[in-house]
Amino acid sequence: MNIGIIVFPGSNCDRDCAHVVSEVMGHSAHLIWHQEPAIQDMDAVILPGGFSYGDYLRTGSIARFSPIMEAVFEFVNRGGLVLGICNGFQILLEAGLLPGAMLRNKALSFICEDTYIRIENAETPFTNSCEAGQVIKLPIAHAEGNYYTDPVTLSALQANAQVVFRYCDQDGNATTISNPNGSLDDIAGIRNAKGNVLGLMPHPERCAEAILSNQDGHSIFKSMVSSLMGKSPLSV
Amino acid sequence: MKAKIYITLKDGIHDPQGRAIQQSLQTLGFTTAQDIRVGKFLEVELQDTEKESAESNIKSMCQKLLANTVIEDFRYEIVET
Repeated sequence: MNIGIIVFPGSNCDRDCAHVVSEVMGHSAHLIWHQEPAIQDMDAVILPGGFSYGDYLRTGSIARFSPIMEAVFEFVNRGGLVLGICNGFQILLEAGLLPGAMLRNKALSFICEDTYIRIENAETPFTNSCEAGQVIKLPIAHAEGNYYTDPVTLSALQANAQVVFRYCDQDGNATTISNPNGSLDDIAGIRNAKGNVLGLMPHPERCAEAILSNQDGHSIFKSMVSSLMGKSPLSV
Repeated sequence: MKAKIYITLKDGIHDPQGRAIQQSLQTLGFTTAQDIRVGKFLEVELQDTEKESAESNIKSMCQKLLANTVIEDFRYEIVET
């Protein structure tokens, strides 16, 4: 399996993702510089976390126009799997590949802590090794994770099971306290209508192996790999 | 020509920065300060010679990059320099 990881200026979770793909999952990770014009022979693409372009203007707003993004659009159009983590999620929102936008965290501060999230849809290529309602613990590290969209789009997300992860407490209850950033409807991650693009604010790549004392993030990568079995890589 | 661009959060969207600033002003005794909205101000020097093309360019810049119209409104003034 070949997984491409896009490296923007300011990405800082690219190598963590590459480590999980290659060392933990045993597949091939390919770092792809944002100025590359094409994505060649990749089974899936990850937009990693970080601070692309220093978060200038708005998070993800400048990275969204990097040359590689044209290839990412085509990759998505042709059904390729794309996972955006944290800043990668913000870039997908700015690119319009996922609906909505990020506001500053409700309490303004940058939050770096473990959060519990509930799997709302276990029938996606990113969550198929989880169970619906399962609670996993993943860390967040962001200042702009307060998801917002208009009421019509929110209804559509809810109706189409596009809300894939919600913040919750350890027992799976979503409360005001369990929502770390003020995110609308406790949203921690969403997918597109077609189902091949997923964005989430928590970092599964930071907790995907035993030495890190939390392996809950492993299930996301495991799901992706198993959903890709038997499929051909894409070149765009 | 120069464009002055103002980008603000749409009405009804919670503005945590504005709220924090308002609380601070209240603490300082500025009790008449209400509903503070924080935005961005940009100045852009333009090489356009016609005001019409300058306006059209600025509008396009705002829609494409400078503002995120999911959450933000923009307005601008074109100033002849």
